[in-house]
This record gives sequence, C-alpha cells and structure tokens, in this order.
Amino acid sequence: MRQSNGYIIFYASILSVVCAGLLVGANLLLKDRQTANVELEQKTSILATVMTLEEGSDIEKLYRENVREFVVNSEGEVVSGMTPKQVAIATEYKKPAKERMLPVYEFRNKQDTTQLDYVVFPVFGAGLWDAIWGYVALESDMNTIKGVKFEHKGETPGLGARITDAEVQNRYPGKEVYENGKLVSITMMKGEGNDYSGDKHKVDGLSGATLTAKGVNNMLTDYLAAYEGYINKHKKK
Amino acid sequence: MSTEAAEVKEKKSEPLFSKKNRKLVTNPLDIDNPITVQVLGICSALAVTTQMEPAFVMSLAVIVVVASSNVMISLLRNTVPSRIRIIVQLAIVSLWVTLVNEVLKAYMYDVSKQLSVFVGLIITNCIVMGRLEAFAMGNKPGPSLLDGIGNGLGYGLILMLVAFFRELLGSGALFGFKVFESIGLPYQGNGLMLLPAGACIIVGIIIWVQRALNGYRETH
Repeated sequence: MRQSNGYIIFYASILSVVCAGLLVGANLLLKDRQTANVELEQKTSILATVMTLEEGSDIEKLYRENVREFVVNSEGEVVSGMTPKQVAIATEYKKPAKERMLPVYEFRNKQDTTQLDYVVFPVFGAGLWDAIWGYVALESDMNTIKGVKFEHKGETPGLGARITDAEVQNRYPGKEVYENGKLVSITMMKGEGNDYSGDKHKVDGLSGATLTAKGVNNMLTDYLAAYEGYINKHKKK
Repeated sequence: MSTEAAEVKEKKSEPLFSKKNRKLVTNPLDIDNPITVQVLGICSALAVTTQMEPAFVMSLAVIVVVASSNVMISLLRNTVPSRIRIIVQLAIVSLWVTLVNEVLKAYMYDVSKQLSVFVGLIITNCIVMGRLEAFAMGNKPGPSLLDGIGNGLGYGLILMLVAFFRELLGSGALFGFKVFESIGLPYQGNGLMLLPAGACIIVGIIIWVQRALNGYRETH
C-alpha cells in the first residue's frame, strides 16, 4: 500500500499543505517585527548620515523630531499623496532616471523651519556581485557632502564589503559634488593609501575592490543626476 | 556492530541517555565529525566563519534544523513512501530552515543580514540530509534527537574554531572585540584569513591536528 501511486500523491499533498500552512502562520506572526526591523534600520541609516548616534538612543524619536520625508519627481516637484514608504528603490532604479519616484529626507533648522540644514537622498546601484545602496546627505548649499552610508548585499567580505565600514564612509564628508555649477560627483579612486585631501571630487580607493568602488561611483553619479531637479530648486542663488 | 545489535534486542526500552545514546552526541564531536571526518558542509564552513558572532548563530541554526528535522522524519519514518522519501526529507528540512530564517529576521536582524543567503543554504547542507537518510529514517525520535544535536554540535564546534582563528588573525578581534587594540598593540589584519582560502587552510590544519591526536585513518 505504501508504494501505490495513490498513496504517494495523497502523502505528498498532505505534506505540502501542512508545511505551507506552518510557514504562512510563522510569516503572519513575525511579519510585523520584520518590517519594523527594516524600517528602523532605514531610519538609523538616514540619521547616521548627518549625526553621530549614541548607542541606545531613541531612533524613532530622533527621526520624528528631525526628519521630514516626502517624494519628488525628476523635476524636483513634490509628488502629493506619496510617502517614501511606498517607494521601492530597487524597482524605481530599473526605470529611466526621468521617471523615477525619488524619496527625499529633509532636516529642517530647529529655529527657522523654512531653512534647510541637510537633505538626505537614498541611492541604489550595482556592486560587483549584487545590489549596493545607501544614503547621501548634502549640506544646505546642496554641494558639500555631510555624510554617506552604504550597504551591500553580497560584496566580498574584507574587500568590497568594506564600503559599510565607518572608516571608508568617513572619506566622503567635506567633498563636493558640483564644480562651477556642473555635476561632477565624487570618484573613489583605484588604489589605496593615497592622499586626496586636496581634491574636492576624489576619495581614496579600496585595495582589491576596484569594481565595487566603480559601482559606488556610478551609483552616486546616477542618483545625484536624478535628484538635480530637486537640488536646483533648493540651491542658494 | 554485532554486540550493539545484541544489546538492542536484550533491552527493549533503553533509557534516553544510555551509553550508546550518549555516543550519538559525542562521536560527531571527534571521531565522526561531519566537517573534518565526513567532509560535509564545507561550503558554509568557509563562508560564514570570518567572524565569530555569525558563525555562532549559524551553528545554533544548524543544530536546531538538524535536530528538529531528525525528530520529525523519525516520527514519520514508517509512513514515508520510500520512492519520494528524499523529497519528503527536503520538504521537512526546508520547512525548518525557513522557520529559522524568519525568526532570525524578526529577532536578530543584524546577524541575519550578515548570514544572508547562508541560512537558506542550510537546506542544501549535506549534513542535514545525510543524518535524515542515514539515521532518522531508521531510528526512534529520542536517539534521532540526540544524533541531530550531536551532529549540529560537531559542525558548530569546527565552525567556531575556524571563526576564532579567522577573526583573530584577519581582523584582530573576537566577537567584534578588538583584542590587540585593547592591549595596546597595533595590528594589521591578515587579508588571506578573510578570504575563503584562509578557511580552507585552517580546516586543513584542524583535520591534521585532529588525526594526529586520535589516530584516525581512512580505510580503503
């Protein structure tokens, strides 16, 4: 009996249904916590580009107090009725730069809320092996980098994965993205250990991870260009 | 072998922690280690051992998956149609792996990010399938549980050993704590240890030391 086709089909169906049921249950139970984790991480990254976060600080509170989030189009016009939560960066990335929905995170001045302190843009691109993404914060002059935060999915540990190290990300603040009103972005150079402190558009590279660095460069250029509409609107004349 | 079989016949219900059952846990730690003797599960042993914390969580995940799948398959062993038994085993393993992955994502988000695909890849870890096919299909749930825990521990033990050397020599840290910096020594991390090749070398050395100590030889 245990070898009959009928029994095998019956057994396989029951097994599938039971397994699927258990997994759906687990997913429903844990879903809220998982999305909360992802959102908290996003908020932490956004805050970390402009301020030093103490261990154990209340991310939700800091975020609520400091950040105004909205979505713009490539012209820099606010898209009403959309929140950054509804924008999947990875999907938008595949569209032509002109059609992307672009989330913006603004840090307004505490005293004069019409004044912008910093603005944070999410960026997304391709590393050597898989996706890389992150956040770039500009100062109110829309030119100087305040801070960056990079994440990756599958870069080589110890090589490309170093883009997540604070030591590497600290090479960016103070660098400038415009030269005489033209976007030049910031280039991570090939080779490591060189001093680029005199050059406003270059940062030291990652030894052994030139291709990941190229991915980072492309990502920055791509998204800074996409946000030009917004940047031009807020640039101080 | 013959004495073992005789023992089983004599005592119909043996206690869970009999000498023979204790061996199910202790053998995989040394003379029957899944990584160094059976040379299974090498892929993840190379991939998740750059730091001790992910290696530790990975070990726990494998222990949970092997032990639970072993028990489940053992309970089902008399109902599983033998023609689709591998598929059934795979379904059970996938079930547990997915559950573990979901729990990690919900409660240990940072570590689950570091482990990324490797938790999912436990499904293809030969240790798990090997234990189901070789042990759980023919034994009661109790011994199967012990066998699962033992093999998970044996895997974890090697993982932790490899991760210890790789994190210490590669980044000069243990569990993220900068050992050399804290005692005031400058340390330049060894890049080789961060690459899978470094893990290969360490696993090789562990196998060498282990066989020198316990005198294990391959029989042809």
